[in-house]
Amino acid sequence: MSVQLPPATEPAPGPVPPTEAEGRPAKTRTSRMRLTVRRFARNRLALFGLFLLVLLFLGAYGGPFLTKWDYQQHDYLNFLASPSGDHWWGTTQGGVDLFALTMRGLQKSLIIGLLVGVISTFLAATVGAFAAYFGGWTDRVLMWIVDLLLVMPSFLIIAVLSPMFRGSTWLIFVVLLGAFSWMITGRVVRSMTFTLKDREFVKAAKYMGVSAPVIIFRHILPSMASMLIIDTVIQVGAAVIGESSLSYFGFGVQAPDVSLGTVIADNTTNATTYPWLFFFPAGCLVLIGVSISFIGDGLRDALDPNASGAKVRSPRKKKQPKSGRPTAAVPAQTTATAGSQGAAS
Amino acid sequence: MGRYLLRRLANYLVLVVVAASLTYFLAGLSLNPRAKFEGRNPPLPETSITKTLDEYNMNPDTPILTRFGHWADGVVHGDLGKTIEGDDVNDDFGRRVGVSTRLLLLATIVGSIGGVALGAFGAIRQYRLFDRFTTLASFFVLAMPVFVIGVALKIGATALNDGTQTIKVLGEYDPQYAGQWNFDALVNRAQHMLLPALTLIILQVALYSRYQRSTMLDVLGSDFLRTARAKGLRRRKALVKHGLRTAILPVVPLLVYNIVLLFTGATFTEKTFGWHGMGELLVDSIGKQDVNSVAAVGLFTAVLVLIAGLLSDVLYAALDPRVRVR
Repeated sequence: MSVQLPPATEPAPGPVPPTEAEGRPAKTRTSRMRLTVRRFARNRLALFGLFLLVLLFLGAYGGPFLTKWDYQQHDYLNFLASPSGDHWWGTTQGGVDLFALTMRGLQKSLIIGLLVGVISTFLAATVGAFAAYFGGWTDRVLMWIVDLLLVMPSFLIIAVLSPMFRGSTWLIFVVLLGAFSWMITGRVVRSMTFTLKDREFVKAAKYMGVSAPVIIFRHILPSMASMLIIDTVIQVGAAVIGESSLSYFGFGVQAPDVSLGTVIADNTTNATTYPWLFFFPAGCLVLIGVSISFIGDGLRDALDPNASGAKVRSPRKKKQPKSGRPTAAVPAQTTATAGSQGAAS
Repeated sequence: MGRYLLRRLANYLVLVVVAASLTYFLAGLSLNPRAKFEGRNPPLPETSITKTLDEYNMNPDTPILTRFGHWADGVVHGDLGKTIEGDDVNDDFGRRVGVSTRLLLLATIVGSIGGVALGAFGAIRQYRLFDRFTTLASFFVLAMPVFVIGVALKIGATALNDGTQTIKVLGEYDPQYAGQWNFDALVNRAQHMLLPALTLIILQVALYSRYQRSTMLDVLGSDFLRTARAKGLRRRKALVKHGLRTAILPVVPLLVYNIVLLFTGATFTEKTFGWHGMGELLVDSIGKQDVNSVAAVGLFTAVLVLIAGLLSDVLYAALDPRVRVR
């Protein structure tokens, strides 16, 4: 918000030039996309977060090729070695190169986070939209399940079920994490669907005989796409933290797989005397979280300028320079998102 | 209002019963208490293991419904069953609730007040240095799992201690002070409490301040605040009496839920700093294949959610006149 581009460099997105107005509707889609990208790019923190996340991904998948050590290889000459040219981040008690190990854990943590984010948002969108669209008993039963899942201590349940995925694939763990993290978003989707389902475009589709699932997936859910995108990003961050916490206690990712949680857990006994064993993997974990919350915040501001977090309501001095911008830009931004966001706020 | 609360209570009660039963079934089917005894050296005879398991109502060969019947019968009569060590779960629970309360009470009070104050102040000074700093700091804190904060504090304290034992990193008190409440014992307890309490406070302040900041920002632009200023109220008074009071309302349910659920949610803090509270039981009971304790924790958490739900309904009604009128 702080970065103010001089008005000249910013082509006013607002009043659509007549030439473009005659174009096909596809034009407006790209222009909304471009608008979002431009708003996102204006946010320095968000860009920094994106840069950080890309860097983490590159490191996780490219890093292992840079070092000669493998995460399963033991260097019997160096136990608990401090960071050096040979072992960049030092070695663990077993002589494993910490850099290789952490990068391996980073891979798994990132993948799990992404999968859980997508799964839980998908679940939330589907359940919430179906509950609200059909109403009545469907709604009551589905919301009761939401309440029940909220009452059940998710950490306890996943931990109790952990013997199930011990020895089998970590994907079960991902599904469980997803299954316990969608409920609150599901409620939000439900209340948004309630307002959307009385709108003309939904009614029109209904009277044309479009089936309910098609209406939900083609008309209702795309209308709240921005909320769902933001939620996915937030869920990714939450999943990374949840995954590492469960893995830290041995209830999550199981050997021979490693995640950042297990890397930190395995070295936690030596953490006070050999702090780098803690700080490198924990640092990576924190960087994931920070980058994702920066991105999420930037996305929220870019996709949904009317959301409470993005608003600058109180007239402050800081806001003054904004009036230097073409005033037409402001109403245009609102109308660009009004179609989808009217129900959100 | 009364009828509304009663209906909510009935709904919550059904949920608690179903959630607790489901937890028992999951634990009973998934955990294997027999393994806990089979690994012993010298090995125990098969029959005596079975006998012990039967006595504790944990024998995996008994049909789950029969076990559940026994357990539910006990719970209704106020008996949560035996732990895998043969103690009463009730006694264990009583002790642990005490430990958790001692840890959480102070941390929660400081954490919630601090969070609300920091968030509201940050909103008033939006985009100034203070606001930027607290926002960035809370981003970092919220990006960290609790155990990372805990272990980092531990490492920091060890460095600060520099060989002395001023800040203790493990346990609730030193063994020689067990059961004592004189000055030395209290000092000792305070030394132990510093780090875990700090962990919880940092976490809560970061979380609550984010919410408080955004609700406060919403209120700051409102007409009634301008009216309050226009009729001649001083800025501070208008902000606190008209602004903060309104802005705190949406945060209340969040505060209540988090505070109440912290009883089992302080798992990571208790584990990291070796406090034998409720949160620790959650992790340890699963490791010990202790079906009855797991089920008891599940029940306890469900009851906490019920209490939190009711409490936030009542508090909301008490604080917001609009709800009472309806």
